[in-house]
Parts: sequence; C-alpha cells; structure tokens
Amino acid sequence: MFWQLLLTGLAIGSIYALVALGFVLIYKASGCLNFAQGEFLLLGAYVALTLVTTYKVPFLPAVILTLAVAALAGLVVERLVLRPLIGEPVISVIMVTLGLSALMRGIFQALWGTDTRVFPPIFPQEPVSLGGVSVSAVYLWSLGLAVLLLLLLSLFFKFTTTGIVMRAVADDQQAALSVGISVKRVFGITWAIAAVVAAVGGILLGNINGVNASLASLGLKVLPVVILGGLESVPGAVVGGFVIGLIESFVGGYLDPLVGGGLREVVPFVILLLVLLVRPYGLFGEEIIERV
Amino acid sequence: MRLRFPWTTNCGLFFTRYEEDQAFLPSRAAKIKVLCLFALLLALPWLVGPYPLRIASQVAIMALGAVGLNLLTGFAGQISVGHAAFMGVGAYAVGALTTKLGLSFWLALPLGGLAAALVGAFFGLPSLRLKGLYLAIATLAAQVILDFAFVRLEPITGGAAGLVLTPPSLGPLSLADDTVFYYVTLALTMAGVIFALNLSRSRVGRAFMAIRDRDLAAAMLGVDLFGYKLRAFFLSSFYAGLAGGMLAAYTRVVTPEQFTLDVSIQFLAMIVIGGLGDVLGSVYGAAFVSLLPIALSYLAQALQGVLPQMVNLLSACQTALFGLVIILFLIFEPQGLAKLWRHIKDYFRLWPFSY
Repeated sequence: MFWQLLLTGLAIGSIYALVALGFVLIYKASGCLNFAQGEFLLLGAYVALTLVTTYKVPFLPAVILTLAVAALAGLVVERLVLRPLIGEPVISVIMVTLGLSALMRGIFQALWGTDTRVFPPIFPQEPVSLGGVSVSAVYLWSLGLAVLLLLLLSLFFKFTTTGIVMRAVADDQQAALSVGISVKRVFGITWAIAAVVAAVGGILLGNINGVNASLASLGLKVLPVVILGGLESVPGAVVGGFVIGLIESFVGGYLDPLVGGGLREVVPFVILLLVLLVRPYGLFGEEIIERV
Repeated sequence: MRLRFPWTTNCGLFFTRYEEDQAFLPSRAAKIKVLCLFALLLALPWLVGPYPLRIASQVAIMALGAVGLNLLTGFAGQISVGHAAFMGVGAYAVGALTTKLGLSFWLALPLGGLAAALVGAFFGLPSLRLKGLYLAIATLAAQVILDFAFVRLEPITGGAAGLVLTPPSLGPLSLADDTVFYYVTLALTMAGVIFALNLSRSRVGRAFMAIRDRDLAAAMLGVDLFGYKLRAFFLSSFYAGLAGGMLAAYTRVVTPEQFTLDVSIQFLAMIVIGGLGDVLGSVYGAAFVSLLPIALSYLAQALQGVLPQMVNLLSACQTALFGLVIILFLIFEPQGLAKLWRHIKDYFRLWPFSY
C-alpha cells in the first residue's frame, strides 16, 4: 500500500510539476498568473486524442503535431489577449485569463462535447512489478517522461541563447530591454513553452484518466503547488509538484476511507493557506521587503 | 435660442463648496432622474409579465452580491475569488436557521449576513501579509474549503441534497408571490446600493481607495491597513451573505452547486464588466452577466429554424461568449459599462460639439 501510493504520488506529482513549471515560467516572465493553464492541458489532450483516433496518426507524430499546435495556440493567445493588457492592474490580468479559460472551455465543449473519451492503449496494459509493488505502466512512463522533460528544460535555460534571454527578462525587464532583448518576443516564447509543457501534461493525464472537461480543473490544483514552491521559483515548482502529488496520494489512500472521500481535493488548499500564513512568499519565493 | 441638447442636465453646474461637489444628488435634474428611475422600478410588476419579474428579482439579488464584491475588490483593491462561497455561507445559515431552528426568516437573514461576514473576515486574515496574486489564491483556497464544508457538514447543510426552505412571509403577504418578493429584494438591494454609495464618500471609503491605490502610501498617511482590509472583507461578505439569504428564499432550495467557483468568477466578471470601483457599475454588470445567457437562449430558440444544432451548442456558446465578453471588455473598455454610459452621457452633454 505505502509503496503503491508513493509511486502513484510521484507520477501524479511529476505531471503537477510540469504544469506548475509552465505556470511559473509565465509568472516570472510577465508577472501574469495564468488561470487558463488547465485549458491548455485540455487542448493538448483533445488535439492528441483526435489525431490518434479520428485521423489514425501514429502516436509519436501525433504528439509532435500536438505540441506544435499547442505552441502556436500559446503564441496566438499571448499576442491577442495578453499583450494589450501589459501594464494593467493585477485584477485585469487575472480576469482576462479567467475569461480566456471560459472561452476555451466553451469552444472545446462545442467541438468535442462533454463525454469522457479514452486514448487507445498506447502504453503496455499489464502492470509492471517493481520489487513486489505492481504499478500500471502509464504511471512509470509519465514519471520518466516528466522527469526527462524537466531535465531538458533546465538544460535549455542553462545553455541556449533563448533560454538565457528568457532568464534575463524574468530577472529584470528594463535591464533586458537595455541590452537589446525583445521582451515582447520573450513573452510570446514563454507562453508557447508553457502551452507545450501543459499539452504534455494533458496527454499523460489523458492516458491515465481519460479526457473530459474535468481535466482542466488541474489548472487550479496547480495553484497550491506553485504557492508551496513560491511563484518565482522554477526548482520550487518541481519540488512543490512532487510534494503535493505525494500528499494527495497519501491523503487519498489513508485518510479518505476514514471520512468518506473528497479530502484529497481539499488538503492541498489547506496546506496552501497554512504556507501563506507562515511564509507569504512560498518556500522558495522571492521575498519583497517593504517598510513604512 | 438654446443650442443645448434638451435632455442634458448637468450644464453650467459649477460647485463652489466641497459639500456641493460631494452631494449625493448634486442637481435638481439628477433628483428628478433618480425619482423617475425609482418610479419605473416600482411600476415594473405592472409593466412586465411574471417571468421577466422573476428575472428582475434575480438580477437584484446578484446586484447586491456584486456591489459587495465591488466594495472589496473595486474600492479596497483586495481581489477575492471566493465571493460565491461567502454567499453560500449566508444562504446555508438562513436555510439552517429557518428549517432546523425554526427561526423567522427576517431574523435569519441578518444573522446569515453576519455569519457570512465573520467567515469572510476570517479568510481575510491572510490579507495582513498577502497582496495581489497571493491574496487571490488564498481566497481561492477559501472557496475550495467552503465548497467542501457545504457538502460534508451534512447535519447543518444537508449535504449534496441541500436544504429545502418554506417560503417566508411578511405579515399577510407571502414571499412566494413574485411581486412581493420583487419589492422585498428591490428594497434590500436599493438599501445596499445607497449604503455603498454613501460609504464611498465617507472616511472609510476614502481609506479603502487609498489602500487600493498605494497601500504603503496609505499606511504612511495613518490608514490602519489591516483594520480597513478586514472591514472591507467583513462588509463585502455581509453583502454576499444577505444576497445568499435572498437567493435561498428565491430558489427555496440551497445546494452546493449554487455556490461554486464558477459563480465567484461570474461575480468578478460582473464588477469588471460593470466597472471596478463604481457602485452603479456593479448593478449594470450584474444585469449584463445575468441576462447574457438568457438572451442567448432566446436567440437560440429564435434561430431554431435556421440553425437547428444551435440548441445543442447552447451551453457551450454561453460559456464561450461569457469568456469572450470579459476579454473584450478588458481590452477595449477596462472601466466597464459605467464608463461606456458616461461616454454616452458626455456625448449628449457636449452635443452638438464633439469635443
């Protein structure tokens, strides 16, 4: 039971970490909290599913196509919706992403309906035995893929020019502007990358749970993750993702049977409130010091 | 020969004293306008049928809630994503007090408001240290936790099945009657709007706005940040609780689905579309957001001959249009319907000169 819950928690946590990463990237670059992140997850899942089931595209090309579509969607959203609001108050930016999430949800519902759809079996169906614990292969795959993607992204930020430019913008926009970096271009790239990681998360989760509109609620579940880790911290997002995934898994396994379910959805938010009360900027967040 | 447009009312008004400028109804014409509007609202039951009247009551309830949220978010600048949950606290308090304890609705309603206000102030406690995005997320946590409580505290809330209320009465008049209910809601909402309008001209209102505009500067001027933020949370949730109590009397059933995150987002949309920091704007916004899906479903019925699939797509279209409207308002008219209305009035006021 314990090892089972541990592995499930790690697998789910890795997906949380991925989605939270997209969240944190956007926040760091443009100071915007993206409440529509869950819808980008859903976009990836639906597009991949349609390509695989309706157009019979093999899985790997389908995933690559999906990621391209997601990147494009991220760019378009940034250009049309977010850019006009640069410099507006926080409430406007929050509201516009909430509006965006309603718009995308409506469009998805019109296109794909409300039924749960399932991916055709892609990962091996029989559970893998790991030292006496049997785990479904999808969980291991998603854990592996998510960790691989996180590694790739950290290399990208460390060594490529684009990655360094993005870090520069996140660090200090004015300084970045003064050395000739196009901040607007970086915003676009940031949204594209965030949409891509969300799409990967969506495809993985879609393989685990099936695809329907409730998948988008993950966009909100990621909030405790990013708060725990601190909104400005990329390593924080990863750590927070795994921590919340594990907590959810253990609460679901040990406490939910005692109270009759539903607790695993709430406990992350209770933790969020406690963290905010003790450390208002999260565990690894940037502390802003103000004095009167 | 006067070139002035005959309907303009505010030409040539030059105040010489601060009190005149801040007066509730600055001119005679404004008084007449407000009286006409009031008469129109009073006469509404004779002008429209029973269904539009029920819609009007619903709009009035939502407007009361939206005015409350605007006090917190529009005036004091504290973003709350948990307004529907506070409304739910009021609704459940009214439901439980009337059905389980047999209290009179008229006693339960203010108590419901108070319960919501206390819960709201409790979740406002983090605002001591949090601001902006972090506070928004903390109130989101309040929404999730209260949602859970509504479903799980079965002895009080009746769980997923909810509570069923008997329609309250006012002397010989029963609130089950649509006209009576309309007048009661109208009176309550008007009282709420007038209180909010007056509050915004008072010391408290100015303190709220100072905190919104620059909290550090406000603190330096001696505004007690924490105290005023808590007051804003308390007041806003009190409004929400009253609106929740009226909603309970309106639907006569209280269930968890009435107070989800989506409803909180609708409230935020109302004040953004109506105009942040504009009391009357929240009324316009509440009307707009409540009427939009109804208008769309009428449109779908009208177009049934031409576009038969429209009916199936209705709920999807409603969601998408809701989102689109929010985005368009934020991009093209961030100050909302209140500002649009002012533009229209200015156009007529300056007519025939456009500058």
